[in-house]
Amino acid sequence: MARVLVNVALKPEILDPQGRAVMGALGRLGLSGVADVRQGKQFVLTIDGDVDDEKLAQIHEIASTLLSNPVIEDFTVEVRP
Amino acid sequence: MTPRVGVITFPGSLDDKDAARAVQLAGGESVSLWHADADLHSVDAVVLPGGFSYGDYLRCGAIAKFAPVMEKLVDAANGGLPILGICNGFQVLTESYLLPGALTRNDHLHFICRDQKLRIENNSSAWTSNFEVGQEILIPLKNGEGGYVADENTLDELEGEGRVIARYLEINPNGSRRDIAGITNARGNVVGIMPHPEHAVEKLTGPTTDGLGFFTSLLSSLVKTGKVSA
Repeated sequence: MARVLVNVALKPEILDPQGRAVMGALGRLGLSGVADVRQGKQFVLTIDGDVDDEKLAQIHEIASTLLSNPVIEDFTVEVRP
Repeated sequence: MTPRVGVITFPGSLDDKDAARAVQLAGGESVSLWHADADLHSVDAVVLPGGFSYGDYLRCGAIAKFAPVMEKLVDAANGGLPILGICNGFQVLTESYLLPGALTRNDHLHFICRDQKLRIENNSSAWTSNFEVGQEILIPLKNGEGGYVADENTLDELEGEGRVIARYLEINPNGSRRDIAGITNARGNVVGIMPHPEHAVEKLTGPTTDGLGFFTSLLSSLVKTGKVSA
């Protein structure tokens, strides 16, 4: 079994009102010095067997069509043993 | 022949009945389409209604774009079939790349529900031809993720080609770039709008009947293009 993490985040130029709301809460909770908060999401895919190049290519395809919207979001893919 | 206008119901659609009623009040015949349908039942136009298709899971409209009926709809859109996406339907159209840009969380984070004043900016699309450019209308708006965003080049292109069909007046209710409430594709057959024209078609239930103009415009366009006889 392998795990593949797909991390999706809004592109830097897209306003993230949720991240901004979290940042406001951090200040109220006494954590100072936080310059910015951006909220993203993570998909954890548990894969039977090994993740070969073909499987990884398929995951990249799914990440760019279903898991993220390339108009407003960027993604990264990490394979964890 | 009465024009046949399909209204697609996805699991979680809310405003499909209202959209069908608006079609009928405008003089069309509404045809119920189901997300799992393999074809469009030879309709003359399609409305993608508001609501929360697939519970808004993942992103609004993201899962709807992979519904079986959508494959046929994308082909039909590219062939010139008039399509109106309202609210969640607009989100489905951007997720499907039939319209540029995306709809994001309202900048103030609150769900908003109000009667919203708009200015019609384009009366050459299939769904706005019965309006005057500059006409002000009042129709309901209700969304949590209605902020229209696109990169500056895309926004400039939309403005330059006259593809902004309506703008928010007096207040910008959700942080949409350049106060954009609705847009069309280059051909003018696909229109997405965040406020709800189908909720403003009868005096009893709507703030106005201004929304009816979208549906009567469609019928006029179908007659003009010879798709149906007058």
